[in-house]
Amino acid sequence: MTAPRPTAGRTFPPGTFSPRPGGGSPGRMLAAQAATEVRLALRNGEQVLLTLLIPVVLMVGLATLELVPLPEPRIAAVAPGVLALAVMSTAFTGQAIALGFDRRYGVVRRLAATALPRWLLVAGRLVAVLGVVALQMVLLGALAAGLGWRPEPAGLGWALLLVVLGCAAFGALGILLGGTRGAARGRAVATWAGVRLRGGGGIAIPLDRLPEPLAAVGAVLPSGALAEGLRDTLTTGDPPGAGPVLVLLGWTVAAAAIAVRAVRLR
Amino acid sequence: MSSSAPVVSVRGLVKRYGRTTAVDGLDLALDAGQVLALLGPNGAGKTTTVEVCEGFVTADAGEVRVLGTDPAGAPDALRARIGVMPQGGGAYPGVRAAEMLRLVAACSAHPLDVGWLTSVLGLDSCARTPYKRLSGGQQQRLALACAVVGRPELVFLDEPTAGMDPQGRRLVWELIGALRRDGVAVLLTTHLMEEAEELADLVVIVDHGQVVAQGSPVALTATTEQQELRFRARPGMDVAGLAAALPTGYGADEPIAGRYVVRGRIDPVVLSTITGWCAAQGALADDVQVARRSLEDVFLELTGRELRS
Repeated sequence: MTAPRPTAGRTFPPGTFSPRPGGGSPGRMLAAQAATEVRLALRNGEQVLLTLLIPVVLMVGLATLELVPLPEPRIAAVAPGVLALAVMSTAFTGQAIALGFDRRYGVVRRLAATALPRWLLVAGRLVAVLGVVALQMVLLGALAAGLGWRPEPAGLGWALLLVVLGCAAFGALGILLGGTRGAARGRAVATWAGVRLRGGGGIAIPLDRLPEPLAAVGAVLPSGALAEGLRDTLTTGDPPGAGPVLVLLGWTVAAAAIAVRAVRLR
Repeated sequence: MSSSAPVVSVRGLVKRYGRTTAVDGLDLALDAGQVLALLGPNGAGKTTTVEVCEGFVTADAGEVRVLGTDPAGAPDALRARIGVMPQGGGAYPGVRAAEMLRLVAACSAHPLDVGWLTSVLGLDSCARTPYKRLSGGQQQRLALACAVVGRPELVFLDEPTAGMDPQGRRLVWELIGALRRDGVAVLLTTHLMEEAEELADLVVIVDHGQVVAQGSPVALTATTEQQELRFRARPGMDVAGLAAALPTGYGADEPIAGRYVVRGRIDPVVLSTITGWCAAQGALADDVQVARRSLEDVFLELTGRELRS
């Protein structure tokens, strides 16, 4: 009592689909997802503009043109700010935009339907962010060195720690924004917030060069905290102050706590 | 899981979204190696039912068991064993077709050969095309590839041929036939009658979140005595005389000149009576067709509604 069926033998030899289920190893799944997302970020023109071209132009422009009054050598004040901007572009603006569109195109649901557990889904995105940020740090660091930047070697390890904390804070904010808004609206908000944080957040201009109320606001923003923390530790070689670390941790915890409840798969 | 337990068992499933009841006390059971088609119009509750089985949506009431587990309780363990084709697919907008399939393959322990699958599903020519630039049919075929690449024991296909051309549809039907042959259970949703009749061992017709009928396509379409036979012959024959020659309860008509319809249960005796009567009139009954009810007729009778695509 079965309906007539198309012959399947020629295209799909018998046994082709004999079940052999099972999930991939977590390491392999993590590597595959993170590598895919890094490739996508580097292939996307808008993302490359955001993560590399704008920081390069700012670095060269602020270091060589006297648009803003800065202490000499100008590059010592500029480089940490631009590195902080690069972290923000990738972890916040880039993630918010990418996640918004990924949700619209159903990829989060698609991947969740595989053996990829939810924690790996998030970990894959974070590893991809860290991968792109590592690339940015190497390229922008080399460019800054070429422009005469000589950071205090003792501060490099602390700077790395701050960059990771910055990725966490901006990444959590980016996921919160990209995971709760429609794609187009999320992109608009992410771009606007990026510009605000850049201008008022001590990225381009050190906080001590800003008028007092602006400086106070800048210090509690993640952008200001990251830029100032990097500037201090890379100039002096001393560990960063408690202020920037606590500000970054606070933003991470707050954004992650809301994101866990509010982020939707699609 | 014992071999006799159904692969998917749903009892009394209820799911509400706000004031809308998407699924309203639905039951179904799918056995290993079978193909079950959930057939119904848009908004009938098909996708919600599938998403509950996949663990993406939690039920408001009812009992759901998929491969012996509660999908809402342990979705990660379950998803390592099933293949899913979500409605409308899903991929990164900028990802290349083959790249996406490789990523999904990396999530399973013993995946099929990605290159072979890409080629057999006709995706070679667009293997390097970004997902957002693929045609609807190409996106569907990629989504199907992603659903089967991990060699699952159970596959959920939500409208697998939506937006496909006839060749693509044939290929997908062939693939679903091969899945069944190789012992993979398939639960698919469709609003295409032809698809359900062609593929399914069991058809479950749903409307307004409830099962309105279920059975094999043959059983569903054969449950009525009402059939008809159509033939062509010389115009103007005496249809009342033809009806009189047939057993009581049969009707005969000539709606268009030269085209005749006989209504009633058509069996070999009735058929030979009709051709014999024509011969006695000096006419040849030509182009004789016995029309079995289609699933579409069944659906219309049960719901009084047209299926929309």
